[in-house]
Amino acid sequence: MHKNQSKTVKYILIGICAVFAFLFLLLPLYIVFAEALRDGIEKYRDAVTDEYTIKAVLLTVEATACAVVINTIFGIFAAWAVGKFNFKGKKVFTTLIDLPVTISPIIAGLIFVLIFGRQSVLYPFLQNMGIKVVFAVPGIILATVFVTFPFISRELIPVLEAQGTDEEEAAALMGAGGFTIFTKVTFPHIKWAFLYGLVLCTARAMGEFGAVSVLSGHLRGKTNTLPLHIEILFNEFQYVPAFAVSSILVIMAVIILIARSVIEYKGKKEC
Amino acid sequence: MKNKLFGILLSTVVTVTALTGCAAQGSNENVGEENNETVTLTNVSYDPTRELYTAYNELFKQHWKEKTGGNVEITQSHGGSGKQALEVANGLEADVVTLALEYDIKAIQDAGLIEEGWINEFDNDSSPYTSTIVFLVRKGNPKNINDWDDLIKDGVGVITPNPKTSGGARWNYLAAWAYADKQFNGDEEKIKDFVKKLYKNVLVLDSGARGATTTFVENGQGDVLLAWENEAYLSIQDHPDEYEIVSPSISILAQPSVAVVDEVVDSRGTREAATEYLQYLYSDEAQRIAAENYYRPSNEEILKEYENVFDTNIDLATIQDFGGWDEAQSKHFADGGVFDEIYEN
Amino acid sequence: MNKRSKRVIPGFGLSMGISLTILSFIVIIPLASLVVYTANLSLGEIIEVITKPRVLSSFKVSFFTAFTASAVNAVMGVILAWVLVRYDFPFKRLLDGMIELPFALPTAVAGIALTALTADKGLIGEIFAQYGIKIAYTKTGIIIALIFVGIPFVVRSVQPVLEKLDYSYEEAAGVLGASRFTVFRKVIFPEIKPALMTGFGLAMGRCIGEYGSVVFIAGNMPYKTEITPLIIMSELQEYDYASATAIALVMLIFAFLLLFFINLIQARNTKIIKGGR
Repeated sequence: MHKNQSKTVKYILIGICAVFAFLFLLLPLYIVFAEALRDGIEKYRDAVTDEYTIKAVLLTVEATACAVVINTIFGIFAAWAVGKFNFKGKKVFTTLIDLPVTISPIIAGLIFVLIFGRQSVLYPFLQNMGIKVVFAVPGIILATVFVTFPFISRELIPVLEAQGTDEEEAAALMGAGGFTIFTKVTFPHIKWAFLYGLVLCTARAMGEFGAVSVLSGHLRGKTNTLPLHIEILFNEFQYVPAFAVSSILVIMAVIILIARSVIEYKGKKEC
Repeated sequence: MKNKLFGILLSTVVTVTALTGCAAQGSNENVGEENNETVTLTNVSYDPTRELYTAYNELFKQHWKEKTGGNVEITQSHGGSGKQALEVANGLEADVVTLALEYDIKAIQDAGLIEEGWINEFDNDSSPYTSTIVFLVRKGNPKNINDWDDLIKDGVGVITPNPKTSGGARWNYLAAWAYADKQFNGDEEKIKDFVKKLYKNVLVLDSGARGATTTFVENGQGDVLLAWENEAYLSIQDHPDEYEIVSPSISILAQPSVAVVDEVVDSRGTREAATEYLQYLYSDEAQRIAAENYYRPSNEEILKEYENVFDTNIDLATIQDFGGWDEAQSKHFADGGVFDEIYEN
Repeated sequence: MNKRSKRVIPGFGLSMGISLTILSFIVIIPLASLVVYTANLSLGEIIEVITKPRVLSSFKVSFFTAFTASAVNAVMGVILAWVLVRYDFPFKRLLDGMIELPFALPTAVAGIALTALTADKGLIGEIFAQYGIKIAYTKTGIIIALIFVGIPFVVRSVQPVLEKLDYSYEEAAGVLGASRFTVFRKVIFPEIKPALMTGFGLAMGRCIGEYGSVVFIAGNMPYKTEITPLIIMSELQEYDYASATAIALVMLIFAFLLLFFINLIQARNTKIIKGGR
């Protein structure tokens, strides 16, 4: 009796998830691919191999890579500081880390324009140094780092907190150095959380639109990331190419997600 | 304790160095572009001119080659007119701006990038081409929309972008106002009432002109789209059997303005090319390209060549009838202006 | 106890130094400059800007839709995480992998695709239109876009905690005769609550600020479907930085308080759990 009941619950829950996933995840994707292929595979190939599309892909990859590297460095050190030590202002510290996610991308872009733009006090100084930040590649990277800022640390902190400090203390008492403790004792625990964070960060960085849009200046072939290129195509009434380029992003994301699945599957089997 | 502080300090220094290294490396890419034989120009424009400048840039490249023997590369940037002006004011390096409104170029002037008197630098108040606002309706005109007063009837769904975020939408609004102004002999209360009724019929206020076209064409919303003449023709070109254009009795003469951005061309040494780029817009060839992209040429003779395309019988009000952009802006579109009143209960 | 642990584990100075520096450069200095910029206005002026009826009603729209969408996401997120962790079924890996897709799809594309789906001529909109229900260009449309944008936050916050959860408590409770619902409420829910709160908070924060997808589906009618980020955009169009930053600051403060509050709850919860062990 109890068993049956639990089976019913199981199927109901799986059913709900299937419907939800179909409506909110599969259907929008279906639209993307259906529209992309509306005029046949030829048009699709033309759109995808367009010169500006390729430049946009490269810029997106560059910005994403920078964001992932900076956020990884930050994420690991911040998680170590928050997870293993107690200090004053810890809650403010963690709240500040989270804050970028909840800031409207428009505002994020605006902030950087205010700091580095022509009306800022910093501008003449930057100009003399020959450094362009806004409406150039550094601004795009900055915006991408900003919007994906908490993704890695956010995944690591709870795990490190939950794990406690006993093992590290023991290792330290036995004379292990900081680096050894981290690689031998701590890292195995946070491996999977780290992978999650990495994937979240990469996915979000690739798709960022709002903040980058404010900071890019939309210079064709120079400061257009993939999402901006898609917007431009839409605005040229080129619906099919726009969706074709969107599908590149989807495919990139799917590759990363599959890679994660595979790594996770293999890793967990070994354990 | 000392050790700890030292550690914090040391790591701070290291991280700062690493970060600046990252930024500096990023910016290097932009230097070294200055090539003696090739001049690079950046033209910051608004949304509906994409097709126009794609065609014109090719023409200008040829012209420049013939004139100077050198090459010219043009980078285009398109977006909402106001947003583009804002970005130029904030440091987007544009050699020339070709925007929807004089008001937007004025904003760049106020930021100190363009010198006063730019409006007289080129002919026709620095507007090489003009446009107007027309109605795009579904084939067969099922709601029988012929003029502005048909738009306030019950059951007519109007699509127009938001004047607060879109330059083109301000022309739409002013065109409607101009019609009502004539209809009611300047009775302000009645005009307001008319415009209010019109906006009550608006189903979707998109943030930009192209967004509104998508809403009307792709998503099938509404019965009539208030559109730039050239946008309306483009939609007809793409879907010849689905839409038709209706010209109202009164509309507005939209004068998109162009200007050289003085501060940028002086620092980059591109003044000559930039000025020529805009001056050449007035040449016969360029005027024809404008007409082929459904912009009304400012050259009367060329406009005559295209008489069968453009309805020259529309009575066109100008921005001067509204006392110029500054006054129109503060009266109608600023916070607390007439447009805000429309949506107050 | 804590004092001693500080000394034993190395690397506090180093990790604190690096993370504080990056945090300052990316978050603190930029946000502080926003505050400084707003200080150009007097308090009276700021209040005047943010209490204009149109601004106020946009706050209402933004908060209402963000809250509703996050609430739906909280429920669906727990169910999704639960199903992914506890059950085996075909295509489970696929479902698991798809959760992050809303992040990777640029919000504008999501907005356009969802609008195409739910407009009254669209695949889904058509079905609802027969019953006189409009989705696109109404608040419902906004909520749907926000659900799409926010779903990964809750699932990915709750999932790791559920994975770590020990079956033995549930079994013990089950053996003792507790119903499934009681087991969930008394045993499982307290464990996932902090993670759920974090996910909810992040999703809500993200939804309040969302712009790219919403402008396409919202219809942007003043007082009805106009969201706060759009108001900020229109202030910027009028070259009114001061008003734009003032409204931005209100949103920023709200986001900070929301997160701070959640972090407080979470910290207390961790303490309870730790103390219990």
